[in-house]
Amino acid sequence: MRLFDLRLIIAFLFGLYGVVLVVVGVGFTSDDDLRKAEGVNINLWAGVAMVVLAAVFAAWATLRPQFTKPATTGDDLGKQG
Amino acid sequence: MRVLAEADLRLDAGPIDYALLVIYFVVVLGIGVMARRSVSSSLDFLLSGRSLPAWVTGLAFISANLGALELMGMTANGAQYGMATVHYYWIGAIPAMVFLGLVMMPFYYGSKVRSVPEFMLRRFGKPAHLVNAISFAVAQILIAGINLFALAVIIDALLGWPLPVSIVVAAMVVLAYTALGGLSAAIYNEVLQFFVIVAALAPLTIVGLIKVGGWQGLVEKVTDQEQLSAWPATELTGLDSPVWSVVGLVFGLGFVLSFGYWTTNFAEVQRAMSAKSMSAAKRTPIIGAYPKALIPAIIIIPGIIAAVIVPEMAQLKAGDTSSGVVYNNVLPLLMRDLLPNGILGIAITGLLASFMAGVAANVSSFNTVFTYDLWQDYIKKDRPDEYYLRVGRLATVGACVLAIGTAFIAAALGGSNIMDYIQALFSFFNAPLFATFIVGMFWKRMTPTAGWVGLLAGTFTAMFVYAISEPSFGIKWLELPGQGASFLGAGLAFAVDVVVSVAVSLVTRPKPDSELVGLVYSLTPKEDRSHSTTGEDAGWYRSPALLGGGVLALTTVLYVIFG
Repeated sequence: MRLFDLRLIIAFLFGLYGVVLVVVGVGFTSDDDLRKAEGVNINLWAGVAMVVLAAVFAAWATLRPQFTKPATTGDDLGKQG
Repeated sequence: MRVLAEADLRLDAGPIDYALLVIYFVVVLGIGVMARRSVSSSLDFLLSGRSLPAWVTGLAFISANLGALELMGMTANGAQYGMATVHYYWIGAIPAMVFLGLVMMPFYYGSKVRSVPEFMLRRFGKPAHLVNAISFAVAQILIAGINLFALAVIIDALLGWPLPVSIVVAAMVVLAYTALGGLSAAIYNEVLQFFVIVAALAPLTIVGLIKVGGWQGLVEKVTDQEQLSAWPATELTGLDSPVWSVVGLVFGLGFVLSFGYWTTNFAEVQRAMSAKSMSAAKRTPIIGAYPKALIPAIIIIPGIIAAVIVPEMAQLKAGDTSSGVVYNNVLPLLMRDLLPNGILGIAITGLLASFMAGVAANVSSFNTVFTYDLWQDYIKKDRPDEYYLRVGRLATVGACVLAIGTAFIAAALGGSNIMDYIQALFSFFNAPLFATFIVGMFWKRMTPTAGWVGLLAGTFTAMFVYAISEPSFGIKWLELPGQGASFLGAGLAFAVDVVVSVAVSLVTRPKPDSELVGLVYSLTPKEDRSHSTTGEDAGWYRSPALLGGGVLALTTVLYVIFG
């Protein structure tokens, strides 16, 4: 069974989320928003963290492309193909 | 849950929050469509072709459990009972998860059974198999419906959508991706959901901690200082004596309830069975145990913070119920008070994702048991595999439609109470099941008759204890507040099952040894129980025993620091 790489999906979703949150954090944060989160620009920081998470998963998927079991059996019981 | 709608929890969600929510659902459905392309057999559809890496199955393993009840319930417990809530994680999950990985997984995975009921069939024969398969299938449909109903209540409270609309829309989304991509789609979405929940709860915790003045500030502001220590948790157990409270926790929660749940619940075990090798299957619950040990930091601590900084919550804690807020509202209230638009959208997405993943776990385990254990074993045998793949897809459709039905029944019966009853009831299947499994795995003399008689005796014992202790039934022979009654019920069910199983085994005929190879410890060659240590399974950091020891050590350290 050849499944697509979940790591790339995680990288895609959090890359997108991260960029959106950074933009909101930098460009569209009102004083009310800041007061709500006790002065922390939480959108910006959460966005940055998500971009980092996305980068880690993208790097992992690039450096180690092997994701699911290869077609030749790597099963330690040898019964399942 | 009904009370939820009375307090005003409406969140101020803006276009950006809805956009983030929509992106998530597009990705979720996209996963279903893409996973469909790799499904070519019933095993692909129902068990992901046993091809997934351990970190994926491990995260899915805890994610399948990180549903609605868990998130709302454990933040609520954090607000109400404080640090004692960590027992549900540290003593109530970690040891059982390590035990499942190291001791039981060799039999589940090594025997190549496709479900937990199928293990019952091979070990004990048809009567025990039918009892287990039918009760599991029925339970999953009921719980899926209740999860759907809980989801709809939350959407109504947060966003103002009518209940029937949310129930049907949510069921259709789950149906779409599980019917297309099968277990792979369900598992992929569970992993995604795990990260979204962390992305939602971590900022909430951090902002909350800053608001309250850091950890030190929190410690100073908590009104009931006893709630800062986990032991002896007398409030949680409802047992006045500290000694009995600790005994109840260790044996009731830590042993019978948690081992029963984590080691025999197919909705969980299925995730490990879909792993790509014996080593990965053993590591699945153990890898899951690491985040499970750490996640109280972003679930329980927000609950404790809420009791300090959310005005309605502080009132409730002081005994003033006039605001209409209940402990289950902790998470929405914190989101309302702390999160600006943007991250608020992520938090709403995380909540909805976790509810839907719960439903998907019920549905994807139901269709496996229905297809392999009921349809293939008792109704239409020996058809080609494409036939069973089609049955699996149709079972998914049927499960979602039935779950919509049970969701409306739950709505008509009034929500939270019915949810508690059914959860309690089905938790009673788990304790006897664990007893039957553990005796059957280690004692080859245990007979097929003992398998089903013990199971029924244990389940009836648990139901009896429940009936005489549940106040609303009016019998009230036994009065145990808090969790005490369910600890006792599960403990007695376990003991009765063991005694009855042994007694019945001594007077009935056991299966011949040749039929028990791979199913009973003493008859299974060591090489069938061990995993490979080459290739993808090589390296000391992939040793299940070492990882298991590591998480037990981590939990001990956490208890020393925060207990």
